[in-house]
Amino acid sequence: MTVISKNQAANLADLLRGHQDAILEQWTRAMSGSTRRSDLIKESELRAQCARFLKVVATAAESGVSDLQSPAWGDVREMLGEISRSRAQQGFTPSETAMFVFSLKRPLFERLRQEHGRDPEAWASTLWATTEVVDELGLYTAEVFIKAKESEIRRQQEEMLELSTPVVKLWEGILALPLIGTLDSARTQVVMESLLQSIVQTNSKIAIIDITGVPTVDTVVAQHLLKTVTAARLMGADCIISGVRPQIAQTIVHLGINLLDVTTKATLSDAFSLALKKSNVTFARNSEQK
Amino acid sequence: MEKIPILRMGDFLLVTIQVDMHDRLAMALQDDLTQRISETSAHGVLIDISSLEMVDSFIGRMLANIAGMSRVLDAETVVVGMQPAVAITLVELGLSLPGIRTALNVDAGMELLRSSNNGN
Repeated sequence: MTVISKNQAANLADLLRGHQDAILEQWTRAMSGSTRRSDLIKESELRAQCARFLKVVATAAESGVSDLQSPAWGDVREMLGEISRSRAQQGFTPSETAMFVFSLKRPLFERLRQEHGRDPEAWASTLWATTEVVDELGLYTAEVFIKAKESEIRRQQEEMLELSTPVVKLWEGILALPLIGTLDSARTQVVMESLLQSIVQTNSKIAIIDITGVPTVDTVVAQHLLKTVTAARLMGADCIISGVRPQIAQTIVHLGINLLDVTTKATLSDAFSLALKKSNVTFARNSEQK
Repeated sequence: MEKIPILRMGDFLLVTIQVDMHDRLAMALQDDLTQRISETSAHGVLIDISSLEMVDSFIGRMLANIAGMSRVLDAETVVVGMQPAVAITLVELGLSLPGIRTALNVDAGMELLRSSNNGN
């Protein structure tokens, strides 16, 4: 947390108010070099953003409150958050986003030099205070940027979780749940819930859990599968586990996992024909080809 | 005191739990049900718990107990209409109720009772 003295905050406000146009000019010029992405943001839009930012910083500094976490700086924080979130979405890199704030240093310092050039001590102290403020703002920008990205990742993870557990209806009263990817506790919970919910909705007596897409089965995964099977049984549905690959069958036996109470089949088609048989459905090949 | 009704349907007894079970009610049901089974010499008990939204280990064990008692009295128990959340809770509690037969709804449960009754 940066703490600058009241005096310095007021100085900063005066500086920003007094030379706003000059600072704005220099700032936008500094950004037009490496960090302005003309393909992502328009010159006029950037300029308007900068002008607004200078204004809110000046207002915040004017309040004389020196703590950047305080409510007086709330507007600044809010605006920075908005800017970095929108840039995260637009596709700016983190450094490009942070440079939005950091490139303000040069014009500010130049102003300070002009004002305090003859008094090195005053210059040094205001320089330090200004640096701290700008750094803090820059860091905040980067933090919000990363948080925005993180929340995007989390949302995608959740979406993937939903996507990877589709429950499909194969026949009247027969459901299939093709599992793809590693099963962990969180996923099993989602899988179990969506399967049980679908059993109720479709009134299905048989559910086939296909584990062809599950790369490895260890004791934990087996435990999760057994839990799902038991829960389905409690609701009155039978579960068949299909897609047990030879390596997985070997692993299961070597690990001493007891799957004796569960019907297992090698392929989904075997499981499906068993399910049809259990539901008293028979097929006959039509021999008369027309 | 509230009471869970036990209806007689031919050879079977029908119990519909439509209120939240608390322990005293569960114990009373256990008493009533065993009493009725021996009175009516029923061959099957169907317990519909589709309105039951919460269970604890006690209710879970009570269901298992009822099934066990009924079997001793020569009646088979079928629990029908268990909600997904209830099933998950019971599994997480480690109560897999191995002695109980289950069905999706009252229809399926009745069919199950009839077919196993005909088999005997």
